[in-house]
Amino acid sequence: MIEFQMPSLGADMEDGTLIEWKKKPGDVVKRGDIIAEVDTQKGLIEIEVFDEGTIAELLIQEGTKVPVGTKMALIQPSTIEAEKPIELHPIMEKISEPIIEEKTDTISIKASPLAKKMAQENHIDLSKIIGTGPDGAITKEDIDASIKQSETAETEKISTPSEAIRMAVAAAMSKSNREIPHYYLEKKIDMTKALAWLQEANKQRTVANRLLPVVLFIKAMAKSLKEVPDLNAVWENGLLQKTEINIGFVVSLRNGGIIVPAIPQSDTKNADEIMTALNDLIPRARALKLRSSELSSSTITLTNLGDAGADTVFGIIYPPQVAIVGLGNITEQPFAENGMLGIRSLANVTLAGDHRATDGLTGSRFLSSLDKNLQNPEAL
Amino acid sequence: MQIDVATITMTYREALKQGLREALQNDERVFLMGEDVGRYGGSFAVSKGLFQEFGEDRIMDMPLSEAGFTGAGIGAAILGMKPIVEIMTVNFSLLAMDQIINNAATLSHMSGGQINVPVVIRMGCGIGKQLAAQHSHSWESFYAHVPGLIVLSVGTHEDARGMLAAALKNPNPVLLFEYTSMLNLESEVANAFEPITITNAKVLRVGKDISIVTYGTGVYKSQEAAKLLATLGIDSEVIDLRVLRPLDEATILTSVAKTHRVLIVEDAWRSVSISSEISARISEHAFYDLDAPIQRLCGVEVPIPYPIHLEEAAVPQVNDIVNAVKKMIRYD
Repeated sequence: MIEFQMPSLGADMEDGTLIEWKKKPGDVVKRGDIIAEVDTQKGLIEIEVFDEGTIAELLIQEGTKVPVGTKMALIQPSTIEAEKPIELHPIMEKISEPIIEEKTDTISIKASPLAKKMAQENHIDLSKIIGTGPDGAITKEDIDASIKQSETAETEKISTPSEAIRMAVAAAMSKSNREIPHYYLEKKIDMTKALAWLQEANKQRTVANRLLPVVLFIKAMAKSLKEVPDLNAVWENGLLQKTEINIGFVVSLRNGGIIVPAIPQSDTKNADEIMTALNDLIPRARALKLRSSELSSSTITLTNLGDAGADTVFGIIYPPQVAIVGLGNITEQPFAENGMLGIRSLANVTLAGDHRATDGLTGSRFLSSLDKNLQNPEAL
Repeated sequence: MQIDVATITMTYREALKQGLREALQNDERVFLMGEDVGRYGGSFAVSKGLFQEFGEDRIMDMPLSEAGFTGAGIGAAILGMKPIVEIMTVNFSLLAMDQIINNAATLSHMSGGQINVPVVIRMGCGIGKQLAAQHSHSWESFYAHVPGLIVLSVGTHEDARGMLAAALKNPNPVLLFEYTSMLNLESEVANAFEPITITNAKVLRVGKDISIVTYGTGVYKSQEAAKLLATLGIDSEVIDLRVLRPLDEATILTSVAKTHRVLIVEDAWRSVSISSEISARISEHAFYDLDAPIQRLCGVEVPIPYPIHLEEAAVPQVNDIVNAVKKMIRYD
C-alpha cells in the first residue's frame, strides 16, 4: 500500500490544511492527478498524486491541519510497483529522531497534571511555554493563555494572506541566509544579438504571442545548465543533481511577497512554449492558485527585475536549491570590443551559488556558457 | 404557639440534645447509656433534664468501664434494642475499641448477615478547652480505618440535631463524633425538622477557585476563611465530609474537576489521617484534573500542649486556612 503524505511545498512549509478531497475511496488515480486541495501559507494549492493506483482510504478529514509528512491517504498500487517502499525509508528515519528528543524534553518540564492533559488535547508544545505557577510550573492559566494567543494569531493569519506569504518568504530566506554560504559572481552580457533576433521573430507573431527577452534568457539558462549540471541541483547533506531542468521564475505579488512557480522541463520547451507557460503561470501565481508540483519542483531560480528596474540583482538562494540567477535591467551602454567603442544593449547577469555545493569556478563556467548561448539566439 | 419563623438560633449542645430527645420520643426501643448521662445530666450537659423526662430505664448511668458498657450496648442492639452508647470522650474510647472493632464491626460479616449490630456510639472529640495531651484527641481516623463501621463527624448544628435519627435507622454500627469545643457555639438552624442523610458529603459553599475539604471543627473555620478569601477575590468551595466512612468520593471528585485545586483541613495529626486518605483518592481518580499539588493543613504532630497559645497553634485556625489558600492561588 502506498502512503500519500502531506507534501512539502518548499523548505518553509511546516503544515497545511486539507480543504477538500478531490478523490474518494475506490477512485483510480494516475501520476499528476489532483487528489486534494490544501491551504498553505502560499494560498490554496492543488495537490497532485505521484503514484498510480486506487484510493483505498482517506485518513484525514477535510478541514484538518496536519504537519508535512502526515499520512493522508492510502493508495493501492496498480500492479508493478515494487520500488516504492524503498523510497519511504529515509522519511521514516527522519521522523524517528525528533520523537526521541520530545520524550526527553517532557520529562524535565514542570507542569501540573491538568496542564499536561490540556496541552496534549490542544497539541501545545509545553517546552515553548513559560510557567508562571509555583517554582515556574506550567499551570492551567498558562495553557489557557497560550490557547488564546494561538487563536488570535491564527485568525490574524487567515485575515491577511499577504501576511502569510510574507512569513513564508521570511522563513525561507532566513533559513537560506543562516545555512547557505553564498558566493556571488557577475557578468555583463551583451544582449544586442538576442534582442535583434527577438525583434525579427516577433514580427511573425501576433501581439498576444510576442516573446519577451526573458524567454530567450530562460532558454539560454536551460541550455547552459545542461553544460553545468551541478547548478541544477539541491543540497541535502550533499549535492544531488536533478535530471529535470525546472527553472523557477520569481513572481512578485501585488500586495508584497514573492512566489516561485516552476517552468517544468524548461530545456525541452521551445521559446513559444515557454512564453505560453509564463502567460499561464504568472496570473495564477498572483491569484495564489498554483499546483503543488509547480511550487515544489523547481531546481534553480531566476529572478528578473524587469524593465526600468535596478541594473543588478544579487539573489538569495531558495533552499534546498544551490543557485539563483539574477537578470538585471537591459540598458544601452558603451562597450569596448576589438579596440573599438560601441553602444550595445547590456544586461548585468549575476549568479549566487551555494559554496557547500559548488565553487566559483563552476559558477563562472555557467555564466560564460550563458553568454555564449545568448550570442547565438537562433540556436536556442 | 404562633411562632412561624424559618430559623432559630441555638447552641451546638442544644442541637445535640434536641436530637437525643426526639430520638427517645419517637422510638420506645431507643435508650441512652453512658457515664454520668442521667442524674448528673451528662459530663457536658448534653443530656441534662432527659433523666427527669424519660426515667432511669431509658437514661442509664454506667460505671467507669468503657469496655463493659459498650459491650452491653452492642449486646442490646443485637437483641433488637436501639441503644445510644455515650463514651464521654474519644480519649477513653480506646478502652472500648476491642468491643467496637472486634465485635460491633465484624458480627454481621461473621454471622453471614444473621446478626446486625444497629448500635449508635456517640463520643465527645477534638482539641480545645485546654484539656492537655491525654484529653485532646482527634481520632476519627482510627475508626474510619475499619470496615463494618459507619463513621460520622458532626461539623454543623444541623447535623448535631439530625444525624442521630439517621444513625438510629441504619442497620450497621454507627459512630458519631461530636466536638466538645463547639458545644457553646451558637448558630441558626432551620425551624422545621428535616430528615438528614448520612451517605454523602455536603458542599456548604459553592466556589470555583479551590476546594477546601474538611470535617468537624474545620467546617466553620473553613467557611469563615472562605468569607475572608472572597473579599480578596478568591472563590472557595467548602466541602464538609460528614461521613468519614464510607467516604463520598463523588462529591469530592466533582468539586476537584471544577476547581482543580484542593486544600484539606483537619485538626487530626497529619500522618495516616483522613486527609491522607482524601489526598490519595484524589490522586487516584482525579490526577489529570489537578492544576496544583494537593495541600493539607493538619494538627501539628506533637502531644497537644496545655498552654492556650500553644494549643491554638497546634491545630489549623482561620488565618492558617486563608494563608494556605492564598499561597496556593497566588504563590505568595
